[in-house]
Amino acid sequence: MMKRHQCFRVLARHITDEIVVATYSSAVDWLDLGERTLNYFSVGAMGLDSSHALGLALGRPDRRVICLQGDGSLLMNLGCLVTIAAAAPRNLVHFVVQNGTYEANGAHPIPQPHVDFAAMARAAGFAHVHDFADLANFEQQAGHVVRLSGPVFVTLRVEPSRPLTYDYPRLYDPARREALKAALRPGGQRRG
Amino acid sequence: MDADLVSDAEEEIRLKGAGIIAAIKESGVEFILSVPDIVTSGGLLRPIARDAHFRLIRVCKEDECIGIASGLHYCGKRALCLIQHTGFLDSLNAIRGVAVEYAQPICMMIGLLQHDPEKAPRDSPRYGVRIMVPILDAMGIAHHLINEDADVALIRPAIEHAYAASAPVALLIGRRPSPS
Repeated sequence: MMKRHQCFRVLARHITDEIVVATYSSAVDWLDLGERTLNYFSVGAMGLDSSHALGLALGRPDRRVICLQGDGSLLMNLGCLVTIAAAAPRNLVHFVVQNGTYEANGAHPIPQPHVDFAAMARAAGFAHVHDFADLANFEQQAGHVVRLSGPVFVTLRVEPSRPLTYDYPRLYDPARREALKAALRPGGQRRG
Repeated sequence: MDADLVSDAEEEIRLKGAGIIAAIKESGVEFILSVPDIVTSGGLLRPIARDAHFRLIRVCKEDECIGIASGLHYCGKRALCLIQHTGFLDSLNAIRGVAVEYAQPICMMIGLLQHDPEKAPRDSPRYGVRIMVPILDAMGIAHHLINEDADVALIRPAIEHAYAASAPVALLIGRRPSPS
């Protein structure tokens, strides 16, 4: 089975000026790959990462938005799949990283670790839906998937990760949020 | 007549939806994020849904509005969350984190379901309405009661202040607005 940080390394090869929304464990692994202004770690409430991402996608239709959401987080906001599909932003790629656990809260299992999120997204009306459990397959497809006209939904089936250190003050540094706002407002910088 | 519209025969019109919508437009709001609320359904949401000025995003649950509004704000876009007070109560953690702790201008227009507009919300016979103002006060969220046409003048300054101060605001709709 894949590991989240392996998947993110693959994904990062295809990321240039996209806004990347990541929270909790996904944010820790994504930030390990390097600082970039266009990372959005402003969360405030579990489950809302996908809603933040939708707002960004609607606010900047000229820029692609990549959401890296955990499975526990998506379960807290399943309705977002319907909302996103209805709003139909072409520039949104919504990943769920499915490790079957609430990793940042003691690694307890989610209620149904094998729930089929891709089927839910397909039923909600996403334009494209993918489901990856094999790293070689994801490596082959990742560049294509993040360039599709959205909304795109992608499940990454991964194993629970090594223990992580959650440096929340660093992740949620207000200076990081201000830099992102400055970059996204009219006249802001263009590159990640 | 739709069940969500104020009837002239039944009730004197004291709050016009058209005036509220004009104030929302004057505030620079482009996006309306909403779960339907019977208080504001006929007088606000239906005309907003027909109004090309706005992009209406219908969400499944009110806390989604808070996240979407945050993302829009990062891009310099103004949004209004049009929800019912029950949805506000359901979204308290999102409002706590995204709006209050991150000091973001999340603007909420909140219908007070089954409220008696002749009473102050604090004195409402409805428990859910009665606790609204104490909760907003405890969270440090500015709030204004929009109960009569004269109150509509509060809307634009409240939204402008929210963006200038980067702080949330709650506009409490105390009675059903008429659609015109």
